[in-house]
Amino acid sequence: MLSRTADHLYWMARYTERAENLARMLDVHYRMSMLPNASVDRNWGAILRINELDGDFAHRYGGVTQANVVRYMAFDADNPSSIYSCLRAARENAHAVRGTLTSELWETINSTWLKMRATRPEAMENDPGAFFEWVKFRSHVYRGVSVGTMLHDEAFNFARLGTYLERGDNTARLLDVKYHVLLPHQEAVGGAADYYQWGALLKSVSAFEIYRKVYRDAITPMRVAELLVLRADMPRSLHRCMDEVYANLELVANSHSRETLRRAGELHANLHYGAIEDIFEGGLHEFVNDFLARINDIGSRITEDFLVPMAA
Amino acid sequence: MAAREFFNEMVDADGKVRAHYASYDEWLKGSPVARIEQKRAEADMLFRRLGITFAVYGEESGTERLIPFDIIPRIIPAAEWEKLAAGLRQRVRALNAFLHDIYHGQEILRANIVPAEMVRMNGQFRPEMQGVDVPGGIYAHIAGVDIVRAGQGEFYVLEDNLRVPSGVSYMLEDRRMMMRLFPELFSRNRVAPVEHYPDMLLDTLRTVSPRGIKDPTVVVLTPGAYNSAYFEHSFLAQQMGVELVQGQDMFVKDDVLYMRTTQGARRVDVIYRRVDDDFLDPRAFRPDSMLGVPGLLSAYRAGSVTLCNAIGTGVADDKSIYPFVPDMVRFYLGEEPILNNVPTYMLRKPDDLKYVLEHLPELVVKEVHGSGGYGMLVGPASTRQEIEDFRARIIAAPEKYIAQPTLALSACPTFVESGVAPRHIDLRPFVLSGREIRMVPGGLTRVALREGSLVVNSSQGGGTKDTWVLEN
Repeated sequence: MLSRTADHLYWMARYTERAENLARMLDVHYRMSMLPNASVDRNWGAILRINELDGDFAHRYGGVTQANVVRYMAFDADNPSSIYSCLRAARENAHAVRGTLTSELWETINSTWLKMRATRPEAMENDPGAFFEWVKFRSHVYRGVSVGTMLHDEAFNFARLGTYLERGDNTARLLDVKYHVLLPHQEAVGGAADYYQWGALLKSVSAFEIYRKVYRDAITPMRVAELLVLRADMPRSLHRCMDEVYANLELVANSHSRETLRRAGELHANLHYGAIEDIFEGGLHEFVNDFLARINDIGSRITEDFLVPMAA
Repeated sequence: MAAREFFNEMVDADGKVRAHYASYDEWLKGSPVARIEQKRAEADMLFRRLGITFAVYGEESGTERLIPFDIIPRIIPAAEWEKLAAGLRQRVRALNAFLHDIYHGQEILRANIVPAEMVRMNGQFRPEMQGVDVPGGIYAHIAGVDIVRAGQGEFYVLEDNLRVPSGVSYMLEDRRMMMRLFPELFSRNRVAPVEHYPDMLLDTLRTVSPRGIKDPTVVVLTPGAYNSAYFEHSFLAQQMGVELVQGQDMFVKDDVLYMRTTQGARRVDVIYRRVDDDFLDPRAFRPDSMLGVPGLLSAYRAGSVTLCNAIGTGVADDKSIYPFVPDMVRFYLGEEPILNNVPTYMLRKPDDLKYVLEHLPELVVKEVHGSGGYGMLVGPASTRQEIEDFRARIIAAPEKYIAQPTLALSACPTFVESGVAPRHIDLRPFVLSGREIRMVPGGLTRVALREGSLVVNSSQGGGTKDTWVLEN
């Protein structure tokens, strides 16, 4: 397959996944902001920091209010990280390789973008939750249509690589920032507020019900971290993301991707054989930082090995 | 203009429905207006969702528009099509013979049938191609010949498009749409299928691969996603199951062309290119082109890769060469042309120029190198001011123009806001030349949606219709 084609598929998938994770993140903040005692500034400010956008936002919008942050993160065409921009980029990448996609998949991505483009932010201000639900739903449709209609060949593998690298990155960031926001002091666990906050974090990755099912017990930070980092059967966990990254990388391997595959395998093994107690001992924040650096390194290496046209 | 007499495809002079439209007419009369309206809306929605659009040059960047699709088909009886097809085969054979000749012995110039300076001084003539042998001697592998009907229904060739003719995807999508919207019509009428065009195209491309290559790698070369015909490039690559490449995806090493893939470099044997000559190779042609591949011309001349269409075909579909095509048929094939040319005034001739300047309001004047309906004057549909402006342009450079009588193009009933009304149409069949000459029955019918308009180009607000050749 053409390197450029693989590149477009990879980014099509990454942007689609990023839009979904943004919607999840915004949705959970929106819901948390409805709780009594919610510190609105702190919650909405965290969204900007997690995406490294606090500077640009302060420059263009000023005050951190729910309406401002939602406008900026969901609808702002000039913010390259907004849901709007992600869906546009996903569609542009898909458009560039539409012949490689099944017509159902192209129609799905194209109609998502047409609807996004036709959406007026003002109409969504009173109920942004409905909009976030819609973004998640369209991502579900994308996933179902891609898995259900695409030939499981190289094109599919590169799209999956994009999806899981992006998801791993996003879950790790979410966990890290939440950890800081929720636990400014390590010992301050317990109480109703914490319960709701951790519950909201779980909900943002569709893991609240899974947590109940797996642990059948009270919500504790260590278990939440274990679920989101180490559980291979949890579809948005770091372990699961690396399962998929490694498996797809192995399928597309070429003559110079050996080192990339080794690094992915090593990271995967750390998660596969890791224990949450050890991670907490070394510090969750340190662990997440290390993970982010390594997954970004794998991403860059994939670009070099497969996606950037070789010199003539 | 609207009152002008024209041939109606569906109804004869006495107002009687023609035999080949009888079954369709009966169906249309029996279909409730509300259902038809709903189907038209459905077609619009489907085309938009499928993204079957074209980009419009000069409008806001990235603007994509739907080409209006009309649900009343253009129907051609089998006997008429057979005659047309024979004429198209003959014409395309002669054009390929002409191209081979002017890049080799130039016998037609020496015989003084085509004035030598009209070829040699032509901007579309590529001296680089002189003496280059292309597989099978075929230059125009894909030709889109524009046919119109005028007067009592005679067919005329309006132009031969031998460079990168487009529109075939609309032919295929229009059929798919008709079958999706009105499946019952296809059980009532024996409509010749067109769906195998991509297979035929791939087969044609494979037969002209460089010598000695058994399983050639074929690609489609597009200028990119912002080209007006990108949908079609992508569609054809997908339908043929080959890679859709851009210039940046390929490189030439030791006169061999490769594409960059996730598994390393892979050799390319045949390029169905949808990029104009000027942009194919920055080393040979426009140095600022980002759309081509440096060194491509050299690889092509070395015979390691086939370009479809060949470089330099534009000299044969140029409007200044057009008047000579019937003579080419006689010269190369020793046959009488089956298809007629439209009588054409060449304004580089003083007598023709004089006549044309005196009769501008009745004539159609076209730029010799123009295409897409840009840069033309339709006398009867123009204001006095427009005509005078054009007159000044002609006087400034008469050799740049040809003129033709305004043909009363045939019309086909079409859905418009006021109901069903006749609108002028043309026909672009696609003629494939490889080891043999082949085509699918029919082609793309374009329709001028504005009342009285004779301009069918999509860039000028034209629409399309499904084209049926009825089998006997």
